[in-house]
Amino acid sequence: MAKQVPIVEYLALEPTPHLVAHQCTACGARFFDRRNACASCGSAAGFESVAVESDGVLRAFTIVSMAAPGIPVPFVAGVVDCGGTSVRANVINTEPDPEHVTLGMKVRLATQVIGTDGEGTEAIGFGFEPA
Amino acid sequence: MAEDIWILGIHMTKFGKYPDRDTIDIAAEAALGALGDGGVTMADMGILAAGNLMGASAPTGQMLQKQIGQTGIPVFNVSNACATGATALRTAIMAVKSGECDMGLAVGVEKLAGVGLLAGGSRKSDSNTFTPSGRYGAVAAVDGRIGTETMPGVFAQIGMEYGHKYGGTSFELFAKISEKNHAHSTLNPLAAYQKRFTLDEIMNDIMIAYPNTRPMCSANCDGAAAAVVISDSKLKTLSLEQQRRAVKVSASVLTSDPYTESCQVLPDVNTLTRRAATQAYEQAGIGPADLDLVELHDCFATAELVHYDNLMLCEEGGAAAFFESGATWRDGSTPVNVSGGLESKGHPIAATGIANIWEICHHLRGEAGERQIEGAKVGLAHVIGLGSACGVHILEKSAA
Repeated sequence: MAKQVPIVEYLALEPTPHLVAHQCTACGARFFDRRNACASCGSAAGFESVAVESDGVLRAFTIVSMAAPGIPVPFVAGVVDCGGTSVRANVINTEPDPEHVTLGMKVRLATQVIGTDGEGTEAIGFGFEPA
Repeated sequence: MAEDIWILGIHMTKFGKYPDRDTIDIAAEAALGALGDGGVTMADMGILAAGNLMGASAPTGQMLQKQIGQTGIPVFNVSNACATGATALRTAIMAVKSGECDMGLAVGVEKLAGVGLLAGGSRKSDSNTFTPSGRYGAVAAVDGRIGTETMPGVFAQIGMEYGHKYGGTSFELFAKISEKNHAHSTLNPLAAYQKRFTLDEIMNDIMIAYPNTRPMCSANCDGAAAAVVISDSKLKTLSLEQQRRAVKVSASVLTSDPYTESCQVLPDVNTLTRRAATQAYEQAGIGPADLDLVELHDCFATAELVHYDNLMLCEEGGAAAFFESGATWRDGSTPVNVSGGLESKGHPIAATGIANIWEICHHLRGEAGERQIEGAKVGLAHVIGLGSACGVHILEKSAA
């Protein structure tokens, strides 16, 4: 099997794919990117890694028809409420139209290969598919 | 308590395409227009605040002074996303309000015709070897793979999120908002586009990011706007005609986005707008029901809807019903974007936050011609810049 790397560090591939947030040890606010201190409470006490629920509800979406070069369109971009943590992601494995994608639909995390680099390593991306 | 501040002179250029003029040419037209409108000159100005987002690292204010008067006054070159113009104005207002000077000039200018789709800042090319980089440790471009950073897509989600929370929205509803603004634009000779569209034409136009079709997106174009602000005591030394045409700045507010859980993944344009509006109504001592007209930041049709609620023009959650009642058409109870809004008037980014003030002043002075809102006495101008920044100004007709 080809070597695999996640598209972003907050996607953990093992033991099963899931998202990992940095949770402020002072107030519990969650962030997916590296933070110097907490945007919510200002604490610099630090962050702990926590797993984010992989099931969620689609709270907002758009169907993008014009995008950056190299991105196949149309695709669905949205915000998923995963047990109180908001996650930005594409909605995948369904037709990108308003008949198949609806506000409030239940979705779950899914992964897919998004490309292979010159050394044969696969980049693994994630999205949410209808649950 | 600091004294009242007034808009003494104000000007906006026609928005459109100026292939033969540079940024400073357009800024100079607006600045000289505002000075002339106020009956003053650069020699009277104690501060210059200049905004130009695309050239944010350039000394725009100093370059402008070399065309209209190098008087040696302090220049503040400001950049605050789509709220850049409002930030320039707010800067001049703060300088006058603080007593450091009694008159100031604010200018916003942009050349944006033909730049195409605008997106966030994280776009990068895929490399030949996957190497984590940046704050997300991304090995490839994430825009389009982990949601979208394109502006039409971001604001589409903002409108859809409102629909999910409160209901009542649909593709057709958002398209009807665009229909209104394009209809309004036919009365504005300075708008980049003055074409009325039918609802069918809007819904069947090119889809950019559902539910926003092309005419539901703000129009990239060139343009500038400028304003001269003056202290109350200085205004009283000027002619009665200048005092009569001066417009009172009853509130001038700028906010940034406070932490909210969801703003980490989708910009929250609601909380900072609601805060700015609340502060502005308190400063002005008036409420939303007192407004005779509103110019709000309809960068996309989906955005206009949420700001009805954020500016408290309707009850919480009631934006769809409020729009459906006809309230925001120019003959409604709270006319919104009678200029045509960003969707048809155009959105030369840094000019927008002063051009919307110009529109309000035009009506309060009774000088808006065919599109005059009769008897207008109070108006509100709002802008949002992603990142985020929100400017709200409330303006009142002179009592003189």
